[in-house]
Amino acid sequence: MKWWIAFWNIVLKDMRAYYLKPPNISWGLIFPVAWTGMFFIKSGSSLESILTLLPGVIAISILFGTTSMLAVTVTFEKKNRSFERLLLAPIPLELLMLAKTGGAILFGVANAFVPIILALFLTDLSQVAWIVLLPAVTLIAIVSTFLGLLIAVSVSEVFEAQTFSNFFRFPMIFLCGLFFPIDSLPALLRPLSYLLPLTYGADILHGATHGKNMLPLGLDFSIITGFCIFLFFTSLRNIHRKWIA
Amino acid sequence: MPREANMGIQELQVSPTLNRHSLIEVTELTKKFDDVTAVEKICFAVYQGELFGFLGPNGAGKTTTINMLTGLARPHSGTIKIGGLECTRNPKAGQHLIGVVPDESNLYPELSGFDNLCFCASLYGMHKNERQTRARELLEAFGLREAADRKFVGYSKGMKRKLTIAAGIIHHPQILFLDEPTTGVDVASARQIRQLIAELHCAGTTIFLTTHYIEEAERLCERIAFIVKGMIVRIDTVENLLQPIQEIKAMLISISNHTDDLCGKLAAAFPHFEFKPLPPHRFALSRQRQSALVHSYDSLRTRAPKLRKPVGSGHH
Repeated sequence: MKWWIAFWNIVLKDMRAYYLKPPNISWGLIFPVAWTGMFFIKSGSSLESILTLLPGVIAISILFGTTSMLAVTVTFEKKNRSFERLLLAPIPLELLMLAKTGGAILFGVANAFVPIILALFLTDLSQVAWIVLLPAVTLIAIVSTFLGLLIAVSVSEVFEAQTFSNFFRFPMIFLCGLFFPIDSLPALLRPLSYLLPLTYGADILHGATHGKNMLPLGLDFSIITGFCIFLFFTSLRNIHRKWIA
Repeated sequence: MPREANMGIQELQVSPTLNRHSLIEVTELTKKFDDVTAVEKICFAVYQGELFGFLGPNGAGKTTTINMLTGLARPHSGTIKIGGLECTRNPKAGQHLIGVVPDESNLYPELSGFDNLCFCASLYGMHKNERQTRARELLEAFGLREAADRKFVGYSKGMKRKLTIAAGIIHHPQILFLDEPTTGVDVASARQIRQLIAELHCAGTTIFLTTHYIEEAERLCERIAFIVKGMIVRIDTVENLLQPIQEIKAMLISISNHTDDLCGKLAAAFPHFEFKPLPPHRFALSRQRQSALVHSYDSLRTRAPKLRKPVGSGHH
């Protein structure tokens, strides 16, 4: 059995059927542009402040892009039963779910480059540590996608997936140090920040763009990788428990 | 519980009509949903090349059984072997051997018929050229060539069923599971689908067919298992199942006008036959002309297809 053929074609099918559709492309473009513009205007500062805003905008673009897609590619397909077709295929569930999330991860990475490309036109990015930023973007896309996957397999309706996603997404904007330092949060909320994967992704991005990370980058990378593994295998467990019951 | 419900596989395998090895072996299979037992200790075997019917009313446990056999549901207890492979705890082991056509078409609405088939083939590791050739071949065979590039969402129900069957056999499976393939489609499409199933069977595919149409099972299957409330109440060849009722020949005659002593007159005219009166207004004889106006007659045998031959308004 040539698993790579199945893997590649699942990714390709999702890209064609969902991600490369005009509404999703426009979502992928407009959303990051809107966030960039909003925070830039709100900051009222010079173009140099873009470097401090960029990590937050990158992270939020990835988060919203990926988690929104999983509600369609997984929950919708489960609802209309086409997901059963995948479950019936003789490929391991782990590989199948990696293929199903592969498209969303690529979509998330592509989303991240919208604010980066905009920033290229507005400010000097020569001080950005790309060798750190690129793996960070990829890891944030993976962890956000797996968070979306966990939500998608926990519900049965697309609208539930969207609502449930917002329950996580919007607090993350404030709690993960994207635009406001975690130290400036009320003491009661600070422990919550450290329970959210995006905190560590945003910290790497801050370190990569303007050198102000609060934790060692190695620790950030390790923790976010741990979150990826935890979210992925918890999602698989839920699929086994709820969908192959 | 009827004896057959507890019939073991070994007992079934010695059937004199079947001397083939089994591709599906199910022993004491049970599925529970909380307090509800959907399938209870069912045992059966399906032999290579056989068209096996799984017959029962809605909610009897047919789809649950298929889901367990194909890996979409986990059994509570019992064992499943597909192609000799132990699939109870590892259903993936036998999935390369099977094709599944669910009770509702579940292909991708946004993809064309051709793309749907190619995608399904890719899930079984088929290379691009191979899957495209096979997809074209099946679209031709299923009369869907003209609709190959149309999106699946725009297909009629009959076309959707046919494409779903095509998707189920795209990878040349040894065993095909068909879950109520003709339910909800028009008569002409149902006839075409039955023809396709018969052709697949003739080509050597082992078919596990669930249906609640007894006529369909009788027309297509070699053996039939009857499942009621999650339990198999009988498994036998179609021939053996029909034998008792074939010995009884009866005819229901619907005629116009009424006479009270119709049965008596018929009995006098045909002394070797037995006549039984049915509720009023079903048998009648003209009072004035003393002749019946026969509209139709039906065979009372349950064998399908049920006879219904309109006679018209001629006097008999």
